[in-house]
Amino acid sequence: MATTTLEPRASTYRRSWVLEWLTTVDHKKIGILYIVNSFLFFFAAGILALLIRSELAIPGIQFLDQATYNQAFTMHGTIMLFLFIIPALSGFGNYIVPLQLGAPDMAFPRINALSFWLLPLGGLLIFSGYLFGGAAAEGWTGYAPLTNRAEGVGTDLWIVGLTLVGTASILGAVNFIATIFKMRAPGMTLFRMPIFVWTVLVTAVLILLATPVLTAGLIALFIDRNYGGSFFDPSVGGNPVLWQHIFWFFGHPEVYIVILPAMGVVSEILPVFSRKPLFGYRAFVFATIAIGLLSFSVWAHHMFTTGSVLLPFFSFMTALIAIPTGIKMFNWLATLWRGKLILATPMLFALGFLSMFLIGGISGVMLASPPIDFHVQDTYFVVAHLHYVFFGGSVFGVFAAMYYWFPKMTGRKLNEPLGKIHFWIHFIGFNLAFFPMHQLGLDGMPRRISDYSADAGWTLLNMVSTVGAFMIAVSIIPFLINVVATFINGEPAGDDPWEGNTLEWATSSPPPAYNFDRLPPIHSERPLFYLTHGHGHSAERPDDLERDAEDDPERRDGLA
Amino acid sequence: MTTRQMQAHPAGEHEAAAAIQHGDSGMPTALLGMLLFIASEVMFFGGLFATYFNARATTPGAWGPPEGAHELDIALAGALTAILIASSFTMQFGVWAVRRGDTGKLKMWTGITLALGVLFLMGQIYDYSQLGFGIADGVFGTTFYTLTGFHGAHVFGGAVGLTIILARAVRGQFSARNHVAVEAVSMYWHFVDVVWVAVFSTIYLLR
Repeated sequence: MATTTLEPRASTYRRSWVLEWLTTVDHKKIGILYIVNSFLFFFAAGILALLIRSELAIPGIQFLDQATYNQAFTMHGTIMLFLFIIPALSGFGNYIVPLQLGAPDMAFPRINALSFWLLPLGGLLIFSGYLFGGAAAEGWTGYAPLTNRAEGVGTDLWIVGLTLVGTASILGAVNFIATIFKMRAPGMTLFRMPIFVWTVLVTAVLILLATPVLTAGLIALFIDRNYGGSFFDPSVGGNPVLWQHIFWFFGHPEVYIVILPAMGVVSEILPVFSRKPLFGYRAFVFATIAIGLLSFSVWAHHMFTTGSVLLPFFSFMTALIAIPTGIKMFNWLATLWRGKLILATPMLFALGFLSMFLIGGISGVMLASPPIDFHVQDTYFVVAHLHYVFFGGSVFGVFAAMYYWFPKMTGRKLNEPLGKIHFWIHFIGFNLAFFPMHQLGLDGMPRRISDYSADAGWTLLNMVSTVGAFMIAVSIIPFLINVVATFINGEPAGDDPWEGNTLEWATSSPPPAYNFDRLPPIHSERPLFYLTHGHGHSAERPDDLERDAEDDPERRDGLA
Repeated sequence: MTTRQMQAHPAGEHEAAAAIQHGDSGMPTALLGMLLFIASEVMFFGGLFATYFNARATTPGAWGPPEGAHELDIALAGALTAILIASSFTMQFGVWAVRRGDTGKLKMWTGITLALGVLFLMGQIYDYSQLGFGIADGVFGTTFYTLTGFHGAHVFGGAVGLTIILARAVRGQFSARNHVAVEAVSMYWHFVDVVWVAVFSTIYLLR
């Protein structure tokens, strides 16, 4: 026996839980901090969305004047993307990636804590514009020269806050890549890593290479606004299209930063709830890498109508992305094919992701075609497309991950009936809110307006969309009740409630601070499946792990 | 039982980490982290260079300091370039010294490198004071000061790193086997020098 006896009490000492959470460098606690922080910003940005939809429900200016409306959609977009979706997925990455690799923690635990704590700071800076004469109001894309000429410090706070959030992302990306390359357990070769880890790896590379370019652009914008620089303002010799190039050189990889980890989540869930291995593991990995590579060559498809980009090239490269994405879609469908489907809540959200992301992907290919794009540029068609990708894709992925990994994080399983109520209201509300926007866009309704004419014929669809938005808000209520009630008195989950394939289910729920007492042998991308089902090269009996866990009452109680 | 079984617990985290990295004979994790960070810095300067080239390509008329200001002092900039390139060599001599276990030479070479870095920064400040145009004076001024200024800020960051290395070397914290921080800071310092060569070539030579 090469192992030593375990003495968990030897190095633990008591301190207040507040101090413990504020100073923690444990990747699991930091992951939970990420997720909690992300949901707080989600609720704030969600309230802004409800304000926007209420204003647009009927023609006329109801209660948001135009300046307030501009601030509302700018903050909504910025916060949802940079402080909800990306950090929420990073939070699951933080919690799950070391566990799936069989590692005790991330490669740089203290840098990990730094990357988290920069986030609330950056987010509060962005929001604090409201306290100093109005938040940024130029849209989440911050187009110059509008941004150059915007009055007030709201835009400066937006720039500084985004720079901090970007720095947090870059440090996090360094940490993920180092963890994945240096911290894998013996036997965990690259091609035995779970797909979620692969998607986090490609995402981290995209963050590492794309985000600094945005930082450079934000700094240039800050110099323009505060030190008399002339990067972007044509009245002093600058070039406003340059901002668009810089922003979208970051902004398009950013789209994949947002969607790839959600694809990873879905690729973890579908096999478990179909009781089949993922179809075409290697094809999926190569498709993920291909999407990452292509994402750096498509940024100017956001700029077709500027007249200063090469339309055929960017249109062609954009359409090419449909190929690896299509491969993934076939992988997922073939995984479901003839599987023994278990329609638990994580699976419902994963299936919701498949169907909604498919719609967003198809409208994306439509927009890649310049003749269509010229007509629907800056209309609600684009708003519909991006919400089907970000919300129907990524946010469904976030909720799927929440229902799937909550038992691992807390030791308690979220209530299934409440979860299903959440899913169905959420799913129907989402489609009511965003599907009509396709038609509104084709009818010519421009985005970023607070009012429209009653004669335009847009009133009915706008009302439907507003009803849908409020349904989404209502669907969050059972979710919150579920989380709180489960946390207080939920059904104990056990170590492996879903009969999973990957290593995070091989430890207790929640895992001890050091993650694993022992690891099962790793001979495939499904080490736990082969352990529990006694198939293949498994050297140990499945009950070994069970017995070990039961011998240790402190782990059983989830104290760690 | 086989080596596939392993245990991790707080008291033995280093052993656990070592066990987890078994079979992985690559660069130290800290060095990989620094390399990845440098990759992101390359993209950051890539963004700034893109603004410079875009401005140069789209600005009509002559490219250079505004009317009435002094021409760029290429002799001074050339001297600063020589100083920075020399500092890369002295840094590397320090790294080779500590790899041999010669911490005395490490202190000497790190001190010389730090002095050269500070000399570079002082020269740059002097250059700024003599140019007679500012960041608000046209597109050239904006891009010139942004590129050289952010490079200078990175030299300053490198000098802070060198100061920490020097202080730790004086306290005897490095040896032939344990000096990953020296390697990491030296990598960063070389990177900052390479960026300066690119900045110098772009602004002063590609006129």
